Amino acid sequence: MSFNNYTSTCVPLPMENVDTDQIIPARFLKATSREGFGDNLFRDWRYLKGETKNEDFVLNNPIYQGEILVAGKNFGCGSSREHAAWALDDYGFKVVISSFFADIFKGNALNNGLLPIQVSDEFLAEIFEQIEANPKTEIKIDLESQIVKIVEKQKVMNFEINTFKKTCLLNGYDDIDYIISQKEAIEAFEKNRAFSYA
Amino acid sequence: MNSNQLKTLFDKIWEAHVVQRKEDFPDLLYIDKQFIHEVTSPQAFDGLRKRDLPVFRTSQTIGTADHNVPTLNQHLPIKDMLSRFQVETLEKNCNEFGVELYSLGHQKQGIVHVIGPELGFTQPGMTIVCGDSHTSTHGAFGAIAFGIGTSQVEQAMATQCLLQNKPKTMRIEVNGELGKGVLSKDIILYIISQISTSGGTGYFVEYAGSAIRSLSMEARMTICNMSIEMGARGGMIAPDETTFEYMKGRLHVPKGEKWKEAVDYWKSLPTDEGAKYDKEYVFDAADIEPMITYGTNPGMGIGISENIPEKAVGGSVNEMSKALNYMGLQQRQALKGKKIDYVFIGSCTNSRIEDLRLVAEFVKGKRKANDVNVWIVPGSKQVETQAKKEGLDEVFQAAGFELRQPGCSACLGMNEDKIPTGKYCVSTSNRNFEGRQGPGSRTFLVSPLMAAAAAVTGEITDVREML
Ligand code: SF4
Repeated sequence: MSFNNYTSTCVPLPMENVDTDQIIPARFLKATSREGFGDNLFRDWRYLKGETKNEDFVLNNPIYQGEILVAGKNFGCGSSREHAAWALDDYGFKVVISSFFADIFKGNALNNGLLPIQVSDEFLAEIFEQIEANPKTEIKIDLESQIVKIVEKQKVMNFEINTFKKTCLLNGYDDIDYIISQKEAIEAFEKNRAFSYA
Repeated sequence: MNSNQLKTLFDKIWEAHVVQRKEDFPDLLYIDKQFIHEVTSPQAFDGLRKRDLPVFRTSQTIGTADHNVPTLNQHLPIKDMLSRFQVETLEKNCNEFGVELYSLGHQKQGIVHVIGPELGFTQPGMTIVCGDSHTSTHGAFGAIAFGIGTSQVEQAMATQCLLQNKPKTMRIEVNGELGKGVLSKDIILYIISQISTSGGTGYFVEYAGSAIRSLSMEARMTICNMSIEMGARGGMIAPDETTFEYMKGRLHVPKGEKWKEAVDYWKSLPTDEGAKYDKEYVFDAADIEPMITYGTNPGMGIGISENIPEKAVGGSVNEMSKALNYMGLQQRQALKGKKIDYVFIGSCTNSRIEDLRLVAEFVKGKRKANDVNVWIVPGSKQVETQAKKEGLDEVFQAAGFELRQPGCSACLGMNEDKIPTGKYCVSTSNRNFEGRQGPGSRTFLVSPLMAAAAAVTGEITDVREML
């Protein structure tokens, strides 16, 4: 999918240090495919004992809908499980906005077409305030120009993204396609390296 | 040499692995070794199949079953159907693609970050990856080792390379002598409590200073292991005689002339005097006491004589109250004397033979408190075998500690080893996240000695009072 001129309402999760064990607890990592993880996204926050929904958790609040998750700083810390990105994507999120992302999560998200957008603490606070005032607040994302906008307020901020990753997202390709195209360089490197462990 | 040519340990290894560098583009980084396990590899193998690709360099990949294996009756088929299928899938994949595997039942099976060094697969100067964030453990040998997601597991299997932006460098120096009852686990819990759970994000850390140099290899692994808990991509310690002594003669290390050649190369790796880091911290070992966490991330830690603070370094009051509510604790409360229900001694942080020896020495002639369950889960079959050879199993049995079979176990609560809802577990693992050890479980992270002390008294205890 293309992110250009993409607009959606948001789901707010104003918590810091949300770790990947919360995004998808370990006991749901037994699957050997990439599908179906969305059902257990934030499982232990979404459900009380058993199958009873926790009505206080934002995913169970029908007021908040949308394909953009807005979360507190240091989102995605902890385990490297890519299942966290798969779960967010499978649930239907296309974008996560936070003021800080853990490294591995950020990479995993980008490798799965889920766009992590890092904004300033102030801009993040403004988004949360705006959503609180109006749950139908829309955020517009323009990946080509690297701009995120709180539509109602006409407030914008630029975000950073690695040029290569941006091209991949815009065109739907993957790191692996590129790396495979460099096989000759890799083999030459193996032959010529100063010290080899092979 | 002018100062631009002075290089850090990290820079030297990174630069020696750059296959290709272009402006405004991540480096194409060569990966010497990859570890795989049952949980984060199946989708990567599927990817290879879809693209009709082999594993590019099978001899540089090694697999084990650890996250999802039972720790009792390992000779029987795995009861949980999904877990069994996952382990069988790993076996099938490794077989089909020609990857060496230490699966359940193998005499050298164990937690991936325990068996790598044990088998001599981990060596200084290497780049090492694994679909697991605690891959940072291997940095203790002076290697660049970091955790990756499953898409990258597939890339590394297909090409032995990854596209990586070069991280910034951080040096953390710890000088002086450690106090009585203070272990390397306390050093790393202390560092994380000081710089916060995100303080290392974007950095690769090198640990240095006299306190670090004096540590054994296994103690160094404990430190590097938890680098990820401050957000750092990895941690490393320069190789030295301690490193070479530990490695010598292990299965996969070079032998004879090749060993000498390798040692010469490894000796060229330590950071040049005067080389610059992007960030530096200096700590004094004398300031560190036995540590314990009180909250729901590893940065929420205090010395055992301290009280719970108003908020953690880099955290907010909101986050703190959510964490303490989950833990059933309060601000300004002391932890000493708090009753506990479980003790877990295990995980890739603290399940090596030295950890088990320390615990055995401490509990010899003592007994666990009546209402506490104590599990000791060795990091590998080799650790288990060695412990039995030394008679540690008998010490544990006499103390009422249950010695189980190797695996990740209650570190992540993926198999049946879970801490029940609301129960308190004093644990030598690395994460105290909500539900990490089972839904609703409450974790206190500590060193193996602190865990052993709590097992004996049935409450949180300052181990120094018992030494
Ligand atoms: S012991 Fe725990 S931290 Fe280590 S690899 Fe296993 S699950 Fe991960």
